[in-house]
Amino acid sequence: MKLDTSGLESAAPVWGAPSELVDGFSAAPSFEVPNTTDFDGFQKEAIQMVKPAKGTTTLAFIFKEGVMVAADSRASMGGYISSQSVKKIIEINPYMLGTMAGGAADCQFWHRNLGIKCRLHELANKRRISVTGASKLLANILYSYRGMGLSVGTMIAGWDETGPGLYYVDSEGGRLKGMRFSVGSGSPYAYGVLDNGYRYDMSVEEAAELARRAIYHATFRDGASGGVASVYYVGPNGWKKLSGDDVGELHYKYYPVMPSTVEQEMVEVAAA
Amino acid sequence: MECVFGLVGNDFAVVAADTSAVHSILVHKSNEDKIMILDSHKLVAASGEPGDRVQFTEYIQKNVALYQFRNGIPLTTAAAANFTRGELATALRKNPYSVNILLAGYDKETGPSLYYIDYIATLHKVDKGAFGYGSYFSLSMMDRHYHSGMTVEEAIDLVDKCITEIRSRLVVAPPNFVIKIVDKDGAREYAWRESVKDAAAASA
Repeated sequence: MKLDTSGLESAAPVWGAPSELVDGFSAAPSFEVPNTTDFDGFQKEAIQMVKPAKGTTTLAFIFKEGVMVAADSRASMGGYISSQSVKKIIEINPYMLGTMAGGAADCQFWHRNLGIKCRLHELANKRRISVTGASKLLANILYSYRGMGLSVGTMIAGWDETGPGLYYVDSEGGRLKGMRFSVGSGSPYAYGVLDNGYRYDMSVEEAAELARRAIYHATFRDGASGGVASVYYVGPNGWKKLSGDDVGELHYKYYPVMPSTVEQEMVEVAAA
Repeated sequence: MECVFGLVGNDFAVVAADTSAVHSILVHKSNEDKIMILDSHKLVAASGEPGDRVQFTEYIQKNVALYQFRNGIPLTTAAAANFTRGELATALRKNPYSVNILLAGYDKETGPSLYYIDYIATLHKVDKGAFGYGSYFSLSMMDRHYHSGMTVEEAIDLVDKCITEIRSRLVVAPPNFVIKIVDKDGAREYAWRESVKDAAAASA
């Protein structure tokens, strides 16, 4: 399959360092051969090393008024929390959003690339690209890089001529059209709350609260999710950020501390 | 696990496939249509890796359409099956597709036919076939009850028997199935068999 390299600059030819065997005359441009006997496994090992485990919670769902998109904001490297303020909802263009799960760089770069392609489509065809088309563009690009270590689990949410649209696209090449999705390590927890509380005809406020609650519950149970629960709404006039609440504060809002009954008060022992 | 099976009847061929899109323990979607209408009189029921399944079957579909545009007549089922197998075989030792396909079609001259094409480019013309864990249950069901020249009612009854068996015996049985049929009037959806109605996703 031909790779889509339109978003990448063509690399200058790599000049390998002159090896001891080839002393003097200039070698043809070449890569350094990995210093291992297992040539096939070397590549896989290298990919596994950088492969992040999609530690995040993102969700999106379609309802009567449009699309609701929400995500946490924690970035983790193994057991270390590297950031609590990552923007996981990427603004592709004023009426389309993408969510980030997996490799941050992969998601940011390819969403930006998708935004460029969408704009080119607009200029070439004098009309906006549909959510179906945008998600297919991204899915085809990711498919052409299959097996090369990209880690992207994203949802493309938007509003086009046919109304609200939501697609799940991942780096394995899968693309699914649906009404609600949740992606990331915290997604099973979010699905539970989301599936239970979902109704098609909700108001924007109810849907936002459902999204917020689902993210909060996922961050509570999943160590790789946390930070701030951002909620965006995509309507006929484009997207709008509705809220960004720290999940720690949400916890005390949903489960306020109740003064518990004191069974036995500790009294100071009188000095002997 | 993905279940795909099909059989050839009197003047038609029928294929059934499960409709769950699964990612490790999560069911992302339970109404994903895995039987593609290749052209007016052909169906492709595919199971395998999500990216490969869609990309490969769409590639075949567009090439089959291109042939019809260029030559003015559609491909026969046998020709389409051999083309599909050829593409799988060419890619096999470079960049293999992990897709298993049951290709069902109806030709005016030769009647209905079913082709079993697996991911390593095996091709067999069969009366009945199945892929996935569901095949362990549906193949013996079909072997037992199949006879040549079944009517639509008999065939759908057999398909339902297989679905019931898969639902009751397979540990991670998919809840919903779609059944499509192809005969002289063309390829079309016949029915859905849903045991879990995903209300919100129904309109997707």
